[in-house]
Amino acid sequence: MSTLDIRDLHVSVETKEGAKQILRGVDLTIDSGQTHAIMGPNGSGKSTLAYSLAGHPKYTVTSGTVTLDGEDVLAMTVDERARAGLFLAMQYPVEVPGVSVTNFLRTAKTAIDGQAPALRTWVKDVKGAMEALRMDSSFADRSVNEGFSGGEKKRHEILQLELLKPKFAILDETDSGLDVDALRIVSEGVNRVKANTDAGFLLITHYTRILRYIKPDFVHVFVDGRIAEEGGPELADRLETEGYDRFLTTATA
Amino acid sequence: MASTQTESTTSDVAAGLSTDHSRAAADGAHTHGVGGTPQGSRAERLTSFDADVITVPSGREEEWRFSPVAKLAPLFSTELASSGVQTTVVEAPEVTVEIVPRSDARLGQAGVPGDRTAVAAWNAVKEATVVTVPAQAVASAVTSIRVEGVSATPSASHLLIHAGALSESVVLLDHVGNAVLSETVEIVVEDGAHLTLVSVQDWSSEAVHASSHRIRLGRDAKVKHVVVTLGGDVVRLTPDAEFVGEGGEVEMVGLYFADAGQHQEHRLFVDHAVPRCKSRVTYKGALQGEAAHTVWVGDVLIRKEAEGTDTYELNRNLVLSDGARADSVPNLEIETGLIEGAGHASATGRFDDEQLFYLQARGIPESDARRLVVHGFFAELIHSIGVESIEARLLASIEAELSKSMSVIEGTAGTAGTDSSDAGDQVTA
Repeated sequence: MSTLDIRDLHVSVETKEGAKQILRGVDLTIDSGQTHAIMGPNGSGKSTLAYSLAGHPKYTVTSGTVTLDGEDVLAMTVDERARAGLFLAMQYPVEVPGVSVTNFLRTAKTAIDGQAPALRTWVKDVKGAMEALRMDSSFADRSVNEGFSGGEKKRHEILQLELLKPKFAILDETDSGLDVDALRIVSEGVNRVKANTDAGFLLITHYTRILRYIKPDFVHVFVDGRIAEEGGPELADRLETEGYDRFLTTATA
Repeated sequence: MASTQTESTTSDVAAGLSTDHSRAAADGAHTHGVGGTPQGSRAERLTSFDADVITVPSGREEEWRFSPVAKLAPLFSTELASSGVQTTVVEAPEVTVEIVPRSDARLGQAGVPGDRTAVAAWNAVKEATVVTVPAQAVASAVTSIRVEGVSATPSASHLLIHAGALSESVVLLDHVGNAVLSETVEIVVEDGAHLTLVSVQDWSSEAVHASSHRIRLGRDAKVKHVVVTLGGDVVRLTPDAEFVGEGGEVEMVGLYFADAGQHQEHRLFVDHAVPRCKSRVTYKGALQGEAAHTVWVGDVLIRKEAEGTDTYELNRNLVLSDGARADSVPNLEIETGLIEGAGHASATGRFDDEQLFYLQARGIPESDARRLVVHGFFAELIHSIGVESIEARLLASIEAELSKSMSVIEGTAGTAGTDSSDAGDQVTA
C-alpha cells in the first residue's frame, strides 16, 4: 500500500505584481485504493494543487511537504515524480506536433517502467484500451493532441492513465467540457483503473455530475487555497443542492 | 495596378526574445515592417550572365546584408577552379548523364544569375554535368548525384537536371566533404513533367558553399524541391522558381539545423509570371549554440499577368539555446487582384515549456522530451517528401544532428540532469 501525504502546503505563483499566494496550507492524505474528490468554486486553487503536485515550473512551493511513501516529492523533477508513480490528467492537454500517439505512449511507458514494454502485449494493451475508450485506431498515428476535440483529448488522458498504471492519479477537471456520453466513457475508464489496480485518486472538479459515475470515498471542499470542509459522499449531495455560497460567505467574512 | 508588399523580420533571440511562437498557426502569425531596410520590387532586381553587370558586393546590399561576405569573398572571383569537388552520378536506367562544355546550348536556359556568386560561377565554369530524364520516361529508381568536396580550392560547378515532357523522376543531390564551392543547379522541367529534387548539404564543418538553384517549370509541370542543410561553415542557397507555362505547381520544402558558428542562408524567389500556377514554400529550421545563424528570405512575386495564382509560404524556426539568431523575411508582392490566394507566415520561438512539461509529466526525462519535440518539429516536413528511402535517411540525419547537439541542449536546461542514455533510443517514430 502507498500513501501520498500533503502537509501544510503553501504555493505561490509569479505574477506581474509579484508573487501571489494561491495555496494557504493544504493538508491531505491519500492511501492506495481511495478516491478523494476535491470540489470548489473557480479560483479556489484546485488546479494549482494539481499542477504543484506534478511539479509545473510556474508554481513555487513556499512551505509545506509532499511525500510519497516517505519520499520527498517536492525535491523531484517533473519526470521523476511521474516515474515515482504520480499521474496528472490535465484539464488542457498540450499538442505536440509531429510526435505520434504510438511513439509518445511507448516512450512514456518505457520511461515509467525503466524498460521497453514487450512488443506483442503492449500493442494488444494499447489497442484494447483504445477500443474500450471508443477511440478510433487512427488516433495511434495522429500527432499527440493535435486537432483532437475536447472530448478526444480527455479520452487520450484516460488512455494514458490506463496504460501507465500510476500509484496516484490526479484528475484535473477531467469532466469539464464533456457531454454526457463522453463523460460516461471517460468515467468507465477511470473505474476500470480503480477496479484493476490499487491506484489512489484525487478527483478535482467544479461540478458534482462526475461523482455520479465515479464514487468518491471522501469529499473535500476547497475554498481560498485550503480545505474548508471534509466529509463523505453525502457532502457532495449537499453541495449539489446548496452550491458553494455558504463557503464563500465565510471565506470573505 | 495593385501592389502590396510586406516584410517581416528579425528575431534576435540573443537580445531577449522570449515570446513563444512555436505553435503559431499558419494564419499570418507575423509582424510587419519590423527592422530591415525597404527594398524595391523583386522584379527590379538585377540579373545578368555578365560578370561586369553584377559586381562584387560590399555586404551592405539587400541580398547580402545578412551574409558573412568575407567568408564568401573567394567565390566572387570569376577565376574559379573545378578541382575542388568530384561529382559522381548513379542514374536510374531510364536516365542519361553527360559532361558537356559550357558552350552547350542547353545550358543557361533556366533563369538568369541574380547575384555575384551566381554570375561568377557561370563565367568561371568550363563544363557542366547534364542529367536528362527523356520525355515520357518514368524513372524506376532514384538518381543520385554525389558532390564530394576534395580540397578547399575555390571552385565552381554546374549541373543541369533536365526533365523531359511528361517524365517522372526523383533526383537526390548530395554534398559532402570539404569544399569552397559556387554551384549552379539548373532545373528545367518541361510540360507535364513531375520532378522531385532533394538537395542535401551535409558538408564537413569548414565548407563554404554558395548555390544558385534555378527552376523553370513548363505548362502543368510539377516540382517538389527539397533542401536539407545540416553541415558546412557557410551555406548560402538561392532557389529561384520561374513559371513559363500555365498550370505549373512548385512545392519548395526546406529543413535546416544550425550548430554553433554555422551560417545557413536560404533565399527563395518564386516568380509567378503566367496565370493559374501554384506555389507552396515551407521551410523549418532549428538552431543551437553560440553564433548559430540562419537566414530565410522568401520572395514571391505575382505579376500582373499571373491571374489565378495560388501561393503560400511559411517559415518556422525553433531556437534551442541562447546565442543563436534566426532571421526570417517573407516578402509578397501582388500586382493583380485576380488571384486564388496568397499568404505567408513566419514564426520564431523557443522550446514550448508546456510541451516539455506535458512530456515530462509522463515520465519522459527532459533531454528526451526535447529530442521528441525537435524530432516532431521536422518529422512532418520529412514525411511530406514522399520518397521513403530519402525520408528514412533524413530522419536518421536529424537524429544524428540531435545526438550531436544534445550536450549543448542539455547544458541550457535549467533543471533535470537525468541520464538520457536509458530512453534515448526510443525517440524514433
